Amino acid sequence: MDQTTDTLDPASNGTETFAIQIRGMVNRFGDTIVHDGLDLDIRKGEVIGIIGPSGCGKSVLLRAIVGLRPAQAGEVTIFGQKLTDLNPDDRLRMEQNWGVMFQDGALFSSLTVMENVMVPLKEHIDLPRPLMRELALMKIQMAGLEPAAALKYPSELSGGMRKRAALARALVLDPSLLFLDEPTAGLDPITAGRFDNLVRELQQTLGLTVFLVTHDLDTLAATCDRIAVLGEKRTLALGTMDELRQNEHPWIQEYFSGPRGRSAAAGYN
Amino acid sequence: MTDTSRTDFQVYYEEGQPVILPIGDWTVRTIKTVNAKLRELEPSIRQTVRLDLSQLQAIDTAGAYILDRTLRNSGDTGALRSYKGDHENAKRLLQQIREACEKTLGQKPVRRPFLDVLEKIGRGTYTGLSEAMHTLSFFGQTLVVCARLLFMPKNFRATATVSVMEEAGLNAIPIIMLLTFFVGMVIAFIGATTLEAFNSTIFTIDLVGIAVFREFGVLITAIILAGRTNSAFTAQLGAMRMQQEVDAMKVLGLDPIEVLVAPRIIAMLIMVPLLSFLATLAGLFGGLIVCWASLDISPVLFANRLLSQVSIDNFWVGMSKAPVFAIIVALIGCRHGLSVQGSVQSLGTATTRSVVQALFAIIVIDALFALYYMQLGI
Repeated sequence: MDQTTDTLDPASNGTETFAIQIRGMVNRFGDTIVHDGLDLDIRKGEVIGIIGPSGCGKSVLLRAIVGLRPAQAGEVTIFGQKLTDLNPDDRLRMEQNWGVMFQDGALFSSLTVMENVMVPLKEHIDLPRPLMRELALMKIQMAGLEPAAALKYPSELSGGMRKRAALARALVLDPSLLFLDEPTAGLDPITAGRFDNLVRELQQTLGLTVFLVTHDLDTLAATCDRIAVLGEKRTLALGTMDELRQNEHPWIQEYFSGPRGRSAAAGYN
Repeated sequence: MTDTSRTDFQVYYEEGQPVILPIGDWTVRTIKTVNAKLRELEPSIRQTVRLDLSQLQAIDTAGAYILDRTLRNSGDTGALRSYKGDHENAKRLLQQIREACEKTLGQKPVRRPFLDVLEKIGRGTYTGLSEAMHTLSFFGQTLVVCARLLFMPKNFRATATVSVMEEAGLNAIPIIMLLTFFVGMVIAFIGATTLEAFNSTIFTIDLVGIAVFREFGVLITAIILAGRTNSAFTAQLGAMRMQQEVDAMKVLGLDPIEVLVAPRIIAMLIMVPLLSFLATLAGLFGGLIVCWASLDISPVLFANRLLSQVSIDNFWVGMSKAPVFAIIVALIGCRHGLSVQGSVQSLGTATTRSVVQALFAIIVIDALFALYYMQLGI
């Protein structure tokens, strides 16, 4: 617990500088405890990478924050509002303020890419159809897809294109918070590198706070401002890559000082 | 945030050049009215527009997009863009959107309503024909494998075959017998009411016997198996395709047709005739019950008349179709299962297609059999 309190921003007074604050989160599956009193603070406008050994509950944490799998205990505060205090209307407004991109995109398979991207617009925003289409097309292009891809169905796209389309859908309402679950998993290094740049670029342009669950050391090095290490049912450490390198925890040492960790850092420097 | 009254713009001229002055929040939630107004304004602009960002407050990509669209349509092609006022966020967004849209300007996707319909018809025809071809060639492949198994019986997978026999055969007995029982009853009812007019209700027995022996015993069995077993085969093999299990088999030197398809075909070849036999019994029993209950024909009389009046040929005509239907059900189910691609959606379409094609084939072939036996005079 000490390590996490160390990393709390001392300059913060109140919740203003934080996009997400998690306090005492508990997640259980039957007898298996995944998180036991997990604390985590994510600053506004940063890209935070969530890493940890397999099964440490990275995706569970993401699902708990966005409410897909409510935590058994604990408190999540997003932009100064406690999620548990929100009434359904405020909750909906909050949800429109974040975008989530799932591992394999989770695009609706019966809709074209353009229709997928238009879903949030159609459901939540009152705009004329032609403008919706223009906005969707713009987001598709911002996500780095050719306009020709807009009329294709998800099954006709490659894995990398599906992820870009999913990113376009997650960003179409201009959220201030973006959750990415393993955005580069299963992509070839070149595509993954492009995707990292894209995330970084969009994050800077749109001033996003990005919550990034990943296994990919290159993604960590290229995109993340800070990294949170999950393990032992809590946040093991939180800091920049250089800070974590100094951390003495054996798993973290092995993670960053192994051959893959060193080469990712070398490539970054 | 949804207060649209604050969102507006003005146009003023400076040194003869129009300048757009956006006011208030320009976000996806607020731009509805200004979008329409900007659209109206566009035709009247003859010169390159400039932007005055001094009164703009919040802006997101949607707001930046409609501003940039107006600029582009007024002839600002990007290189020389002039802003007044300071709004770092807006400048960055405008730049970003210009870059994103510039790369691909003029390549907007087009729909071709008429050609698309033609293309669809062509594709449909082609798919229909190639489906038939594929089924035939799959049938050929399976025949070769089965023939090879005759000479190398040690490659025959007895466990898999018995397991399919249990799942697809034994477990289907209750539903098949129940349904043919009802069908037998229905035929007897129809016969009883129609033949009553001619005072010859005794012929109901002949009717039930011939209909159940020749057609319904085996046809109802085949139809139920098409829904129950054929779809299960497609789903099982399709799931294995999705997990790349079939690819793994091939790489390990196993022939998927030998391992997966042959046991299913053989199991069905054994079980469908047996099931048809049971179905025939159940159908006759249904007819017998109706005759007994509503026509006062005793079971003994029913049995005697059935034996003396309904030729045993009828039974063999029905049973001769059972192996054919067995092959149809197993073959079409397996073929579509193995044609599944990676996605869940294709598993769904393959299953639907497999059931529809199996039912189609069963009924068409049944009709061909009827024609054939009629010509033979059996």
